[in-house]
Amino acid sequence: MTTTTRMTETGTITIDATVNGRPVHATIAAQTTLLDFVREELGLRGAKRSCDVQVCGACTMLLDGTPVSSCCTLAWEAQGKAITTIEGLSAHGSLDPIQQAFVDTGAVQCGFCTSGMVLTAKSLLADNPSPSRDDITAYMSGNLCRCTGYWRIIDAIQLAGERMRDKDGGS
Amino acid sequence: MLSAFTLHQPVSVTEASEMLRHYGDDAAIYAGGTELLVLMKERLVHFAHLIDIKQIPGLSSIAVDDAAGSMSIGSLASHRALERSPLIRERAPLLAEVESQVANIRVRNAGTIGGNLCFAEPHSDPATLFVAWDAHFTLASAGGSRTVAAADFFTGLLETAREPDELLTGIDLPLLPSGAGSSYQRFKTHERPAAAAAATLWVEDGRIRDARLVAGSVGIGPERLPATEEMIKGQEPDATLFARAAELAAASVFIEEEGFESAEYKRHLIGVLMKRALAQAAERAAS
Repeated sequence: MTTTTRMTETGTITIDATVNGRPVHATIAAQTTLLDFVREELGLRGAKRSCDVQVCGACTMLLDGTPVSSCCTLAWEAQGKAITTIEGLSAHGSLDPIQQAFVDTGAVQCGFCTSGMVLTAKSLLADNPSPSRDDITAYMSGNLCRCTGYWRIIDAIQLAGERMRDKDGGS
Repeated sequence: MLSAFTLHQPVSVTEASEMLRHYGDDAAIYAGGTELLVLMKERLVHFAHLIDIKQIPGLSSIAVDDAAGSMSIGSLASHRALERSPLIRERAPLLAEVESQVANIRVRNAGTIGGNLCFAEPHSDPATLFVAWDAHFTLASAGGSRTVAAADFFTGLLETAREPDELLTGIDLPLLPSGAGSSYQRFKTHERPAAAAAATLWVEDGRIRDARLVAGSVGIGPERLPATEEMIKGQEPDATLFARAAELAAASVFIEEEGFESAEYKRHLIGVLMKRALAQAAERAAS
């Protein structure tokens, strides 16, 4: 039967997107996940594979600013979108205020969850610049950390929010 | 790793339905992928054909029909869209509240309400809520469309009344009149709720005229509790009645032995949660 599809007869799909602001054009197998595309094809290893079933948040990336589990997102779904990985936050040589706050509060221990935590926090603060601790806990509840006990991560996100508000208000 | 599949992207319900009929058991509908891709990655299921229905226009709208007293929600609306919709927050705030607690922020961004319902996972929050709310679902195929009550849609563990060539296209949610109130209560320590209870009460002249009470997450799907409903109908809503009703709900609910919690514990939770749900539904009915 005739069908409508972006897929070619050889099972591939072309994708045009930006990754951390840089245009990317690629031809990939339809079943390629966003995590495999970014880690294996583009060589950006900041997003981690952990649970692989979108429970833990270690593979979090932003699609047009919105957090997704890249382990369970088909890469071609990013067509025409802006993909942000942790590498994009310090692309200009200095840490993002959220990354700096994680360093300053000691919110990083083994670091495996950190890239996902920072990107999820980035989306939270874009949506709600002054979240309460409860707001942070609710929003971040899908990002698991087995080292820190979360307290300092919440501190870091509050501190980053304060610094970003001060900067916005002072400019 | 996912095995290879052929992707189809129909642009109409008719086209999608014809594809479903053509490929039969080899095909699955793909929307948010939050349940499907996990199962495919774990090799629990394999589908040679994925039918991506996101190109079909008009399936993610949210609208209120005041004349009909109902809200219609397109099946492709994401959990996040329902959580944030100003219309839902104003006219059906309980739905926004429940949706804001589904899974995690990433699943809510990708997952659709229709996918959640069609997957019929027994721990689904919206499934339990919609049965208590007497929502109706529209199922459409190349041959036409029909409406099914939420209570009749969930037919078993991961099973629904949807025919293989049908798509769930929309949800029809009655707007509760004044004098009616609804509540959803759940308890969880892991990714999915251990137990949930939903109650909708219609109160008239100080007495409960009608009630829909549903237990969720503990059985093979949302379970209405007709004996408990009958017990409270015609009665004055108060704490003593609700304590007795919760006891009956806990005693009569079907418990499936699975997961992290014992059957005895889940039975206990249903009692606690149903008491809270009844109290809150009554409070909302009175406000």
